[in-house]
Amino acid sequence: MALPFPESLTAEAAHFFAAAAQGRLELQRCADCGKIWFYPRPACVACGSTDYAWIRASGRGTVHSFSVVRRAPTPEFRDRVPYVVALVDLAEGPRMMTNVVGEGALEVSIGDALELTFEDRGAGRTLPQFRRIAG
Amino acid sequence: MLRNRAIIAGVGESRIGKVPGVSALELCAEAARRAMADAGLGLRDIDGLLTAYSMTTPYPVFYGALAEFMGLELRYGAEITAGGGSSGVMIRDAALAVVSGRAEAVLVVSGDNRATGMGRDNAVAALAAWGHPYYEYPYGGFIPAYYALVARRYMHEFGAAAEDLARVAVTQRASACRHPNAQMRTPLTIEAVLASKPIAEPLRLYDCCLISDAAGALVVTRAERAADLAHKPVYLLGAGEAFTHEHILAAPSLLDSGARRAAEAAYAMAGLGPRDIDVAMLYDCFTITPMLLAEDCGFAARGEAAALWQDGRASIEGRFPINTHGGMLSHAHAGATGGLFESVEAVRQLRGGEGARQVKRHETALVHVEGGILSNHATLIYGTQPV
Ligand SMILES: [Zn+2]
Repeated sequence: MALPFPESLTAEAAHFFAAAAQGRLELQRCADCGKIWFYPRPACVACGSTDYAWIRASGRGTVHSFSVVRRAPTPEFRDRVPYVVALVDLAEGPRMMTNVVGEGALEVSIGDALELTFEDRGAGRTLPQFRRIAG
Repeated sequence: MLRNRAIIAGVGESRIGKVPGVSALELCAEAARRAMADAGLGLRDIDGLLTAYSMTTPYPVFYGALAEFMGLELRYGAEITAGGGSSGVMIRDAALAVVSGRAEAVLVVSGDNRATGMGRDNAVAALAAWGHPYYEYPYGGFIPAYYALVARRYMHEFGAAAEDLARVAVTQRASACRHPNAQMRTPLTIEAVLASKPIAEPLRLYDCCLISDAAGALVVTRAERAADLAHKPVYLLGAGEAFTHEHILAAPSLLDSGARRAAEAAYAMAGLGPRDIDVAMLYDCFTITPMLLAEDCGFAARGEAAALWQDGRASIEGRFPINTHGGMLSHAHAGATGGLFESVEAVRQLRGGEGARQVKRHETALVHVEGGILSNHATLIYGTQPV
């Protein structure tokens, strides 16, 4: 069963996932107060300004917390279990949800350094993901 | 000011567990009739109705459907949706309604038939719908995983062990065994919790709340009406609320939620502090939740809640009983209803006369409910006397 991908995207989400399809993780930075936020929204969550620019994130982050999921929430994830759901604190400040994928994913710990990767869910539909940095 | 001016006049529970052939509406009506009978009030004495929501019977206007079903004539009614925290908002709003003259007696009702009306797989899938559709759900997130993130961080920072979480479930099961209407009434051991199926580590099956058919109801009226009622009144002494986020990825902190602010506001209204509280009902969708909330409500220092269950304080015979009905882990859980049962149990404990389940000191009780992933919070403080 195919894994889910966001549908009916808003303008900001469409930008975010289009950037992901081209290998970039992009965040919004407020032109008025400098706040960088995730997830994509049309106005700054610190000051309300709608004047912002997209910036390219470094793709580096650390594990704030994680869970190894053993019971699939829906049939789509039955072939995926066990998998890691994590909150990653990006070097730029915001926190996002991710899977930890790749080698040693199930041995992940809080504080582990992560780097950006991408998962193709078919037809160019690309989800940002993170993996542990070796060593 | 709200303090001392509204009372809980009656409480009721529907049948609980698997109740086939009964709609969410019928469960709600059953609980409501029992709460009215408990208060000594009839259908024409009720002129206000607040309900939460139903996932199995999603009427566009649920309170209207219930009022019509029961034959209620209302001056005031609404459906209030704040997830598991709904009952806290409903009870406070009901109290404000009767104090301000908007209604004379308000029924507060929540119920759903999630066990037979949805089935376990659909109910679990519904828990995935709480995640953000773009930035959480595609990663296979669902509510147990989100609370697992909180539990893992808590264990990392404070050294709590899986046994500490398990002890919450075991203690509450022991309480549920003394509750005639609890869904789970066979004793549980720490070993059994640790051997139960992992769901989202570190949470296992018995760290997770039940999926039930259940409804609960309360009648709220003015304190001046106390003499007309079938039971001694239970006064609403304090109430407080707070909101910080909807999705766990946007939470300002996994451990410092809005719960502390809600509790502080409730204490301030009541003019009381944690040491003045005799018994507490703390939201328990997962075993980690009442541990965090016990700290937020001032019953333990941050990181030290496990001791409340380790030394037996949180049990019915203990010095500070918590979730004496068994909570959502062992009594019942159906949407906003699990949180509402906390207030039902607080009222019963404060009245006294619960037999084997009765706590020794029962003049004040604190209830804390939350919705989402520690997203919205409501604290209620009740007492047998005005303060
Ligand atoms: Zn700004």
